[in-house]
Amino acid sequence: MQQKNRVERHTIAVLVDNEAGVLARVIGLFSGRGYNIESLTVAEVDHAAHTSRVTIVTSGTPEVLEQIQAQLGRLVPVHRVVDWTLEKPGIEREMALVKVAGTGEKRVEALRMAEAFRARPVDTTHTSFVFEITGAPSKIDSFIDLMRPLGLVDVSRTGVAAISRGAEAM
Amino acid sequence: MDKDEQALSGTPAQQSGAIEMSGAEMVIRALRDQGVKHIFGYPGGAVLPIYDALFAAEGLEHILVRHEQGAVHAAEGYARSTGKPGVVLVTSGPGATNAVTGLTDALMDSIPLVVLTGQVATHLIGNDAFQECDTVGITRPCTKHNWLVKDIADLARVLHEAFQIATTGRPGPVVVDIPKDIQFRKGPYVAPDSIRHRTYRPKTDPELGQIVKAIDLMSKAERPIFYTGGGIINSGPEASKALRELVKLTGFPVTSTLMGLGAFPASDPQWLGMLGMHGTFEANNAMHDCDLMICLGARFDDRVTGRVDLFAPGAKKIHLDIDASQINKNVRIDLPIIADAGKALREMLHFWKTQRRKVDQAALARWWKTIEGWRAKRSLEYRNSDAVIKPQFAIDRLFALTRGHDVYVTTEVGQHQMWAAQRFGFEEPNRWMTSGGLGTMGYGLPAAVGVQVAHRDSLVIDIAGEASVLMTMQEMSTAVQHELPIKIFILNNQYMGMVRQWQQLLHGGRYSHSYTEALPDFVKLAEAYGCVGLRADKPSELDDKIKEMIEVRQPVLFDVRVDPKENCYPMMPSGAAHNEMILCDAEEEATEVSEEGKVLL
Repeated sequence: MQQKNRVERHTIAVLVDNEAGVLARVIGLFSGRGYNIESLTVAEVDHAAHTSRVTIVTSGTPEVLEQIQAQLGRLVPVHRVVDWTLEKPGIEREMALVKVAGTGEKRVEALRMAEAFRARPVDTTHTSFVFEITGAPSKIDSFIDLMRPLGLVDVSRTGVAAISRGAEAM
Repeated sequence: MDKDEQALSGTPAQQSGAIEMSGAEMVIRALRDQGVKHIFGYPGGAVLPIYDALFAAEGLEHILVRHEQGAVHAAEGYARSTGKPGVVLVTSGPGATNAVTGLTDALMDSIPLVVLTGQVATHLIGNDAFQECDTVGITRPCTKHNWLVKDIADLARVLHEAFQIATTGRPGPVVVDIPKDIQFRKGPYVAPDSIRHRTYRPKTDPELGQIVKAIDLMSKAERPIFYTGGGIINSGPEASKALRELVKLTGFPVTSTLMGLGAFPASDPQWLGMLGMHGTFEANNAMHDCDLMICLGARFDDRVTGRVDLFAPGAKKIHLDIDASQINKNVRIDLPIIADAGKALREMLHFWKTQRRKVDQAALARWWKTIEGWRAKRSLEYRNSDAVIKPQFAIDRLFALTRGHDVYVTTEVGQHQMWAAQRFGFEEPNRWMTSGGLGTMGYGLPAAVGVQVAHRDSLVIDIAGEASVLMTMQEMSTAVQHELPIKIFILNNQYMGMVRQWQQLLHGGRYSHSYTEALPDFVKLAEAYGCVGLRADKPSELDDKIKEMIEVRQPVLFDVRVDPKENCYPMMPSGAAHNEMILCDAEEEATEVSEEGKVLL
């Protein structure tokens, strides 16, 4: 029983027709049925075919995750739903812009950490940096945690984009 | 290129010979091409162009309701009794918001509806214009799909897609929101057959491997039961026929949800009656003790399962459903079959016959013996009275006296609904129209209007409660205007009976606001509407009055004054299991509803 109720975090990719209100349908489904959204990334991926890809990071028990996939599949403008975590583990990336303000030792330390994480300063003033960092969400989490005592001011994250390894499409 | 320019230079469709017409004309043309004969609606500013086109239209009958909720319920009754989609036409703003209850009702019970709403002109959308509301936003969670048509070039396609989506796969309501300027604008009309949806492909054919596995389990079962639902009705009369054949062939017992009544004949010895909260003792105990549950087009609703962790603990479960999201939703399934019920049942029959399958006769005989033991409890019996009309008696008499008539029954929601489901024996599908999932008080009267529109010469009865029926009473005026001789059989106990029953069982008999002190005189009310009012106070007058109600070729409001304190039994209290039923009043005091049970509805 305990085992059954464990909460897992999954990345779900949904290919939808890019018609008016389609994102509201996806989000409304999550809020209406009490599912979690941890992150959400949406953009048109094929301008000619008007299809968009929605990548959702969600968490729930295996039963809930199965329901989420089935309920998404029921929406009329949905082409395909793939539970990325379950079906085809691939590459997950997220980009974040992280603003750190400070002077002296803390400022030097922030820059050194950024180098270690391969975060690039994209804006620099005498008292601040904006770093651009790309990676798995957990890497970005760690970077932000490290920046906190060094003068973290602001964070903007894109949410996860995911794609499978190898030659196959979604 | 702007749309007006496009219209001037000629659209590609126009060049290819498509007919040019206004949006309003297109609506009428599309309805006609979809085979629509009846529309339930109410005019208003934002749909006037469509009403103008309707003025001259031939072959389309418009039923003018008195409230948009009535239009949607009438369309539901029409759809449920014919298998065809119900069509509704209402205006923007309040017209659309009044339709929301009906839309939600139809979504929960999988009823195919196409609801057309007017909208303010496209340039006014978002301006808080007069009678503007975000119709697609409001109806998104209560429709199968919806559209706001902002381009006349999309209108014909969207209308045809609306019918396709409403009627195929798991049926449901759809909304097409049409701004007023689009109704005026001219554009090309395309016929239904040229439409192919980009993404919508409902799966209706079963996987044969699953079918073979299912009949495998069936031939080995010792304590099997068929648990059938509204999916059989929605699939069409052929599905009911296939179910009957399969039940005969196997000799298994069969029970049904509220929505599935009529798929299997109630007079058949293999019929156990309805299951669930007010199901029969034998149906619920058989569900609890079975070793194989064959669920056909039902969805393991909480009213059916009771306490889920105690639900059919020893059973393997087969679940046939057209909607993949229903599998494993409430109950873990051992063998899912995702398909149309009729198609899957025919395949089951085919493989059962060609593979010469046999059931375990000895085990089945023992199972039936156990079931007969439960049946002997006669859980639907009640104590009758000479002094006061018992609601159960009223329904029994109504049932007896309507034999030989072509009867359709609708209900409101509450005790009367459960008594009707328990006692009015349905032999055929599409004869029983009730609000199952949403439990909408006020459903039955307008639904009866819709049924009578589709079946002019049949006897259409709304078995009602006095509280429910007052919620949509205004539709009596619709019935009178359109000469629809619906019979409203009101079991008047002056209480919201089911609320009162729960207050008695769960809230220490504190009848908080469940008594209606100022009820109207229903006989005078009937006269005011210009129809016939009847009243029965004593059991001895009931038969004659029922006969009178049947004979009258006018709408009737029949006020049957019943015992105000009668409770609906048997009852599986919320939070209880199938084998923990209360059978009658004497038992209820000994039964404690658990604290968790009280939280449940």
